Amino acid sequence: MPSDLYREVALEEKQRLFDEVKADARYQGYLYGCYECGICVAACPSARFYDFSPRKITQTLAREDVELFYEQLNDDVWNCSQCFSCNRCPRQNSPGGLITIMREVAVNNGLRSMKEALAGYTRIIYKIMTTGTQVSPDMLQEDAFPDWGPQVKTVSDNLDVWRRALPPETLHTTGLSWQVEEKTMHELYAIWKLTGTLDMISQVDEGLHDIMEEIMDDALEDSGLRVD
Amino acid sequence: MEPLNLPIAGTKVETAKVFDRDPETVRDEDLREAIRELGREGEWIVQPVPEPYYLAPTKFGREKKIPLTHTWHHKSCGQCGHIPGYSTSIFWLNRVLGLDYFDPRDQTSCTAWNYYASATSNQAAQAAVAMRNFSAAYETGYYPIIHCGTSFGHYKEVRHELVHDAKLRRQVRAIIEKLGRPFVMPEEIVHYSEWMYAVRRDLAQRVQFDLSPITATVHPACHYYKLQSGDAIYDPEIYGGQRTAAVTGVVQELGAHVADYSTWYDCCGFGFRHILVQRDFTRSFATLRKIEVMKEEANPDVVLTHDTGCVTSLDKSQFAAQAHGRNVGVPVMSESQFAALAMGAHPFRVCQLHWHSVDYRPLLRKMGIDVDKAWAEFEDDVRKIKSGELEYVTWEHVL
Repeated sequence: MPSDLYREVALEEKQRLFDEVKADARYQGYLYGCYECGICVAACPSARFYDFSPRKITQTLAREDVELFYEQLNDDVWNCSQCFSCNRCPRQNSPGGLITIMREVAVNNGLRSMKEALAGYTRIIYKIMTTGTQVSPDMLQEDAFPDWGPQVKTVSDNLDVWRRALPPETLHTTGLSWQVEEKTMHELYAIWKLTGTLDMISQVDEGLHDIMEEIMDDALEDSGLRVD
Repeated sequence: MEPLNLPIAGTKVETAKVFDRDPETVRDEDLREAIRELGREGEWIVQPVPEPYYLAPTKFGREKKIPLTHTWHHKSCGQCGHIPGYSTSIFWLNRVLGLDYFDPRDQTSCTAWNYYASATSNQAAQAAVAMRNFSAAYETGYYPIIHCGTSFGHYKEVRHELVHDAKLRRQVRAIIEKLGRPFVMPEEIVHYSEWMYAVRRDLAQRVQFDLSPITATVHPACHYYKLQSGDAIYDPEIYGGQRTAAVTGVVQELGAHVADYSTWYDCCGFGFRHILVQRDFTRSFATLRKIEVMKEEANPDVVLTHDTGCVTSLDKSQFAAQAHGRNVGVPVMSESQFAALAMGAHPFRVCQLHWHSVDYRPLLRKMGIDVDKAWAEFEDDVRKIKSGELEYVTWEHVL
């Protein structure tokens, strides 16, 4: 049954986004067809808790149903756990891989549903892109992880001294997972700039992009590493 | 249909069919010759696995070279940030075995946690991050060994893309050259749990406690064997070669009992984005599909796994479920921490169990470890650091 959601979006726009997904170099290796066996759904953790089906997404792409594709691009792809249990597919599809591509297209095109899914996550983007490590010890705060119990507060209260009680010297940090050399971070900034990754962030959060661009430009200028 | 008799004892999978593994006929391609060919053509430098190495069996019968020493430790954000006893235990094991290793500062995260969570990156960036780290390892002369299951799986995805996509390869090579670095692909991409498997008999010789009363359940990490399955370790002696032998092979060698449970293939519920901003899903999945099933079917003393996210999800998710009176309450740690404990490592100075949520004390007592004495010793370290008597705890304190 054709999707009757998102009628306000022109079919041409949906087709354009679908073509962008299909043009990804990985697409042909992730999608071969679908036996409709449901093995991917049986293995999928997200299918147990959400109205979500890796089989439906694979079939939609195989059938090139751009209306349903657009609905899934907005309403489904952020439910995926990216565990790749669905790679068990006997047809050799990778539904999880297809979803990675769809998410990337959602980011590149600044979809509102993407911004909603990533609201609250942007501090993590800032951390990984500016420090080179994804999570840091000082993120363990009781207000951020209330469901993890009082032990989080104990860690937080003792953080500085507990980090100094670690034998590996590289772990004597609280704002980073480990000590990362300044030169290493500068090289990472160069990678973000040279691959267009920093530009992608402007589609997620313009303010975050501007802050990170300033940090990276200043650091790269000081380091003498040229990215043009 | 006959009812399933639970718990399922042992790890042998009973089947009438004999699976003959022939590396020449499998569908999952072996990239190693292509990597060497690209090396011969000057597309990249191939970093060889240093000798001596261990030859480990993989899913389709190929033998994978696992370096034993001279290793460059590609650390994990989540391990170092939130489970620091995980990586500390890996380093401690290397030191106890007298194996040379390098703990670099010239290393970034693989950034794949962020990529699988938010997709705010792309193929070229992900490959450039990987190749920058490989280049950094090569320049030290040490061989990369990857601590995180996601980094390991993602780097194998990247390797696959770089081998097959010449345009991407040249784009990434240009970036790495702009950084003034050599363009290097390691001969094998190796996970630390494969190293653990390779040295398991050396570890077992140093076990200090009787582990026979200990029952463990093993959660095999999705990104270790699902993203690219062909070169994960599968041993015909473990689960009949039907599941990865990583973790289980080590734990059995140490002398503990590994019990089976029906949802072993399920993921832990980490979800990458979910664990940080949508944890209702993570908590539900980790407890309902993993911990409660393990408790019901195997009643383990400990859950052992070999990846950052799995330890985090399975450990931290239990608090809320416990508050609701659910059938949870099993300590969770990496097999590196468990092996270190078994070999006499300090539970707090080395294994850093005070960073974990679920009560691990009953496990330690069952193993024969004096928890109260160990905690008092750690508290004394803390007191000395606070008073300025000690700046840091060092390796000299713990070896």
